[in-house]
Amino acid sequence: MSEDPNHKNPPSASIDLATARTNLASSSKARLWRGLEELSQTPAYRDSAKHEFAEHADQAPDGIARRDVLKLMAASAALAGLSACTKLPTEKIVPYVRPPEEIIPGRPLFYATSFTQSGGVAAGLLVESNMGRPTKIEGNPEHPGSLGGTDVFSQASVLDMYDPYRSQTILFDGRLSSWSDFAAAVGNVRARLTAQGNGVRILTKTVTSPSLAAQIRKVLDQLPGAKWHQYEACGGDTAREGARLAFGRPVNTVYHVDRADVILALDADFLTEGPGHVRYAREFSSRRDLAAGPSASLNRLYSVESMTTATGAMADHRLRMRSTDVEAFARQVAAAVGVSVPGNAGASGPKVPADWMMGLTSDLMQHRGSSLVVVGQQQPPIVHALAHAINAALGNTGKTVAYTEPLEAEPVNEVESLRDLVNDLNANKVEFLLILGANPVYDAPADFNFRTALFNAKLRAHVGRYVDETGDLCHWHVPASHYLEAWSDARAYDGTVGIVQPLISPLYDSYSDHEVIALLTSDSGASGHDLVRNYWQSQRPEKGKAFEAFWETSLHDGLMAGTALPEISVPIHADFASQAAQPSGANGIEVVFRPDPSIGDGEFASNSWLQELPKPITRITWDNAAMMSPNTAHQLGLTTGSYVKLHLGDNWMEAGVFMVPGHVDDSVTLHLGYGRQLGVGVAGGDGRVFGDGVAGGAGFNAYVLRTSSNLWMAQGLRIEKTDKKYEFASMQHQYVVESDGQRADDISDNAFRRDLIQIATLDEFRKDPAFAQVPAAHEDKSLSLYPAFAPSEYGWGMSIDLNRCVGCNACVIACQSENNIAVVGKDQVIRGRAMHWIRIDTYFKGALENPEMYYEPLPCMQCENAPCEYVCPVGATTHSPEGLNDMTYNRCVGTRYCSNNCPYKVRRFNFYLFSDFKTPSLYGVRNPNVTVRSRGVMEKCTYCVQRIQEAKIHSQEEDRSIRDGEIVTACQQACPAEAIVFGNINDPASRVSKLKAQSRDYVLLADLNTRPRTSYLARVRNPNPEIHR
Amino acid sequence: MNSEDSQKTAVVEADPIIQPGLTLGSVTDKISSIVLTKPATPGWVFGFLVAFGLLMLLNLVITLLAIWGVGIWGINIPIGWGFAIVNFVWWIGIGHAGTLISAFLLLLHQKWRTSINRFAEAMTIFAVMCAGMFPLLHMGRPWLFYYLMPYPNPMWLWPQFRSPLVWDVFAVSTYFTVSLLFWYVGLIPDLATLRDRAKTTAKKVVYGFLSLGWRGSAVHWSRYEFASILLAGLATPLVVSVHTVVSFDFTIALVPGWHSTIFPPYFVAGAIYSGFAMVLTLAIPLRKYYHLEDLVTMRHLDIMAKVMLATGVIVAYSYVAETFMAFYSANIFERYQFMDRMTGKYAPLYWLLVACNLVIPQALWSRRVRRNVVLLFIISLIINIGMWLERFVIVVVSLHRDFTPSIWSMYYPTHWDWATFAGTFGLFFTLFYLFIRFLPMISIVEVRSLVHQTSADKTMHS
Repeated sequence: MSEDPNHKNPPSASIDLATARTNLASSSKARLWRGLEELSQTPAYRDSAKHEFAEHADQAPDGIARRDVLKLMAASAALAGLSACTKLPTEKIVPYVRPPEEIIPGRPLFYATSFTQSGGVAAGLLVESNMGRPTKIEGNPEHPGSLGGTDVFSQASVLDMYDPYRSQTILFDGRLSSWSDFAAAVGNVRARLTAQGNGVRILTKTVTSPSLAAQIRKVLDQLPGAKWHQYEACGGDTAREGARLAFGRPVNTVYHVDRADVILALDADFLTEGPGHVRYAREFSSRRDLAAGPSASLNRLYSVESMTTATGAMADHRLRMRSTDVEAFARQVAAAVGVSVPGNAGASGPKVPADWMMGLTSDLMQHRGSSLVVVGQQQPPIVHALAHAINAALGNTGKTVAYTEPLEAEPVNEVESLRDLVNDLNANKVEFLLILGANPVYDAPADFNFRTALFNAKLRAHVGRYVDETGDLCHWHVPASHYLEAWSDARAYDGTVGIVQPLISPLYDSYSDHEVIALLTSDSGASGHDLVRNYWQSQRPEKGKAFEAFWETSLHDGLMAGTALPEISVPIHADFASQAAQPSGANGIEVVFRPDPSIGDGEFASNSWLQELPKPITRITWDNAAMMSPNTAHQLGLTTGSYVKLHLGDNWMEAGVFMVPGHVDDSVTLHLGYGRQLGVGVAGGDGRVFGDGVAGGAGFNAYVLRTSSNLWMAQGLRIEKTDKKYEFASMQHQYVVESDGQRADDISDNAFRRDLIQIATLDEFRKDPAFAQVPAAHEDKSLSLYPAFAPSEYGWGMSIDLNRCVGCNACVIACQSENNIAVVGKDQVIRGRAMHWIRIDTYFKGALENPEMYYEPLPCMQCENAPCEYVCPVGATTHSPEGLNDMTYNRCVGTRYCSNNCPYKVRRFNFYLFSDFKTPSLYGVRNPNVTVRSRGVMEKCTYCVQRIQEAKIHSQEEDRSIRDGEIVTACQQACPAEAIVFGNINDPASRVSKLKAQSRDYVLLADLNTRPRTSYLARVRNPNPEIHR
Repeated sequence: MNSEDSQKTAVVEADPIIQPGLTLGSVTDKISSIVLTKPATPGWVFGFLVAFGLLMLLNLVITLLAIWGVGIWGINIPIGWGFAIVNFVWWIGIGHAGTLISAFLLLLHQKWRTSINRFAEAMTIFAVMCAGMFPLLHMGRPWLFYYLMPYPNPMWLWPQFRSPLVWDVFAVSTYFTVSLLFWYVGLIPDLATLRDRAKTTAKKVVYGFLSLGWRGSAVHWSRYEFASILLAGLATPLVVSVHTVVSFDFTIALVPGWHSTIFPPYFVAGAIYSGFAMVLTLAIPLRKYYHLEDLVTMRHLDIMAKVMLATGVIVAYSYVAETFMAFYSANIFERYQFMDRMTGKYAPLYWLLVACNLVIPQALWSRRVRRNVVLLFIISLIINIGMWLERFVIVVVSLHRDFTPSIWSMYYPTHWDWATFAGTFGLFFTLFYLFIRFLPMISIVEVRSLVHQTSADKTMHS
């Protein structure tokens, strides 16, 4: 025992008498204490207090001790019964609406919290807790980054917490270990190293958390030899460097999209990714509103991009352009609006139609102060700088674009930061490497050879939610707490600090970054709650009771009021543009890397909801692909499903080819995040594990091509054809493009022919506001064999504004989470058995090269003359007095006749036992108010009938009618663009009734006289008349 | 005897319904010997084992269906009905020829039916058994099939009578019951004959039990005739109604390609078309193998070919009318549906169907073809395939591209789909092999009466 350096006797020297006195004084009642150690709460004491006997006295000298076996057995038994005994955190947390003592069985509580996303940016959330179990994520209406909306990652994040494949115990060399052992090991590192702590390295993701940063700084203060590195694969390096170029220092850019009349997006998918995208989607769609009728004005979005993105689909004018050419294009635009760009000399730009360029620049010039140029993160710093300059030249600064101090606690160039670490590793300078959350073995630039370098660290510790590629190679692995289990804080896109408030005690033996970092400082052993709270107590002007009030308010609201970073004015450095232009228009094929729209940089690879989410435009699930234009594919002799070897420099990877309409030619887009090797397992129904077969092995690891010099894009991709084939699980796309690269007689043409999508330009709309109305041939409501239903007080209906919907998919995941919708796996998606109750139909119009794209979210239409109802032989789907088509799962025998007869095909069938009845940890995530459907049963959207019923009970208790807006369906709640509105259509004053009264209102397949209750507001584009299509 | 009868006799002489020279005794010997005296031939044993093997495959499929669910088939959303419903409609259609022959033609005093009606009826019953299995198997939760029945329950839940699937339950179960009764009543005198001629005790007991104490008294005969006519009267409307109700499964829905008023007559004609094809498919090898050429004569084959030709023409007309209406109606969904049938992903199957059901059977206009047993057998097989394809086109092709293009999809049958289909052949042929081995496959009583009449006619003429 004594040889083991980790198992030293607890040092008794570090008793802090001052702390002891304070603790004694602060306890209000007289209390008994056992010794100074207890009073001063030394870490050693706290450790020893856990054991009745001296540490390790109970352990056998070697092997697994009897007590450990018993503990493990007890733990497994406890886990098996997990669903029944969840526990609230012991610290005081504050519910959003009602205090915790009001917990009423069956009635959920909502707590505000924050979820840290890519780049450390916080999303403000309200989390529904059912009897102590967080089950559903909603947007926090009071949070500036959310305004009540959410995105797919926030929505799906709740599933991550219950993931049965999370790591659950501390591991040392792959064997079970304990927190005290880990703490001892860290303490030992500190003891063994010099006082300076030379050789201690901390690697985190981008940190915006003020308290965590303060803790790390404390480490750096106490151990001056230690270093802090930050790296995130899809972080904001280019934006930071762009700001450094333009302003000489990193700043945070905040857009006011709602104030912009003309927006130019340079390879920017700002509506669905990047800091603030949820807010921006709201702001953008608020300017697509046509409630005012023909007199309304719309903003105009120009998009220049290589890959077809959700934002490109919303654009009034979309120019497809290779990502490597965007710099030259930006220079042209800059020159045209009056920015001096000396670097342009001799550079030839990409070919842009003259009227396009003219139309764009004159539009920008005419809207000085109300225009906006947005740049995507994969564009190099120079393009970001040019955009800053263009915005400044157009007088947009301070109007549509604002600058603040950086969100990051320590803005660094993360690639350089990681490079430093790799250099130190290779120079054998690293004694102890602590990795918090990052997974560089998987996602570091390929030229860093991080995997090899990592072995040079003497002691490696990994803190993460999975034993992933990095965790597997570290001595220590510490399970990280999920954000719903741990305290922290983070900044939103505008700097507002939100507190990450846990709703549940950690399910497993997991720890937060704060608690781990504390081991390196004198705070060792402090709880996450104390660390975060004490930080703010020391920072805030409020003291004592005032701080208590402030803290409770902040927890309640989910944000600290007034912490948004103030606008700063930063002068543009004039000389940046003299940097020579990158050559554009080069021959050959470029490759562009993007974070995956569904699983980000790979962080969400184990989330089955996200894996099965059809990505915008391509509608692929469970995979990424080498995406290219049909033209390019055709030229290379490839088609969707071809299998190729991609060579970039010395690196190569294999990938399946997927043709994407609207993708630029001679360019290949690869989504990052797939091809994970470890740390991903996705549980599916019937106990089937998709993990190794599908999620882990699925897709292709694009990081192997990505080097530090070509982080986002590179020229000179070589594509080698192979004979293999690859099958994609795409939910809709397969008929758009024929295998020969030509347009098929496709779904889209027919969708337009059938008036499923009604579109007009703004001019056409002004001339004929009722363009979407179907001729009133079938208005006669008596055209049914069966008598009409008796009217009732409520008649539920929904209106979906196609002009607002940005196709972000948030509603799809929200619905999945709210309604316990099962995941079916890739093979079942291929077979056409995906279960989503709401789907985003995507249609293309025009040539394959650059089609217009239209989204149409399709929940159940809840027809008044429902074709599904009269064909059910057992009456399992019936009309409710309030107009819903109710499903009675217990009664359903599964003839599928209702689905055959549904013209909208919104019904979903449990062909197998898709719901997972076997994994106990997944019981927790389920909505207790929604039946978990079994095999052989039909299911479909119910307009969230459980929410309707809850509101009805509520209103009946209070003896009143349900108020307009009181019932919010899950899809509506999640929608960042406010495209979905639900309510009582029997009340002419309700919001939904007013929307349905708009001239743009139309229903799908009106000819069939199904009389749907879900209606759509037609899409109106706002093209620039100067640009000819 | 009126002139019409004597004319018929003349035809009989030129082209007899049964070969001349048969006596009452020889008919009885010939038919009963297959059951009572002749040992099981190697051919029978082989055929039975193959059929029984397929039946075991069906057992396997049903077991897997119970364990895993209907997901083992190729169905999906939007194609919620696949092989199961195709096979259901096909099998039940086949059954119709038997009922038509035994009941409808009995009422119309068509004498030629006597030699084929027994096994045609057996075919009906076995086909309906195969058919009836599919609606059960294709349910997501087949153990709850009784929800479709109006049974008393404390919650006062009834089936939903607006749904054609409920009508189906009544139509098919009535059909099966009446067919079974009719067949059994017809068997009673023959069972008594077998009882009387049986050598072994076991056969004596079993046939004796089954013949319900038939002694051949005049009262028995009178009641027997009365019951036969009564059941024939009950069964005859079923020939028309059952497939009409089956067609309602489609017409009541609004799927383009289904929602059509022409379906009921078109389905009935199609059913008889395929049913007669199946009778030929069974009769031709049977008469050859068991040397029954003098009982099942060329005259029978010729008449059945003519019936096929007539119903085939009705079916052809229906195809044309349906397609014409799709275009004439200017309904874009119907139009698209028919264009898709003809040019879409499943177009080869559609054109194969046209070839099988419309083009090739036109050869039956030729008397030489009708009198060529081999050609007739091939054409009957082709029509069977064509009618199966017709149901596939109606069920699957209509569903794969209906109203909402975003969810258009393809249906690819899995090997379990094929196994289920093959399994029902196993059931059908297992029962049929048992039938020809243990029951008189031709009605002894009726053929004897025919022999009696024929010889009486002859006597009169001479």
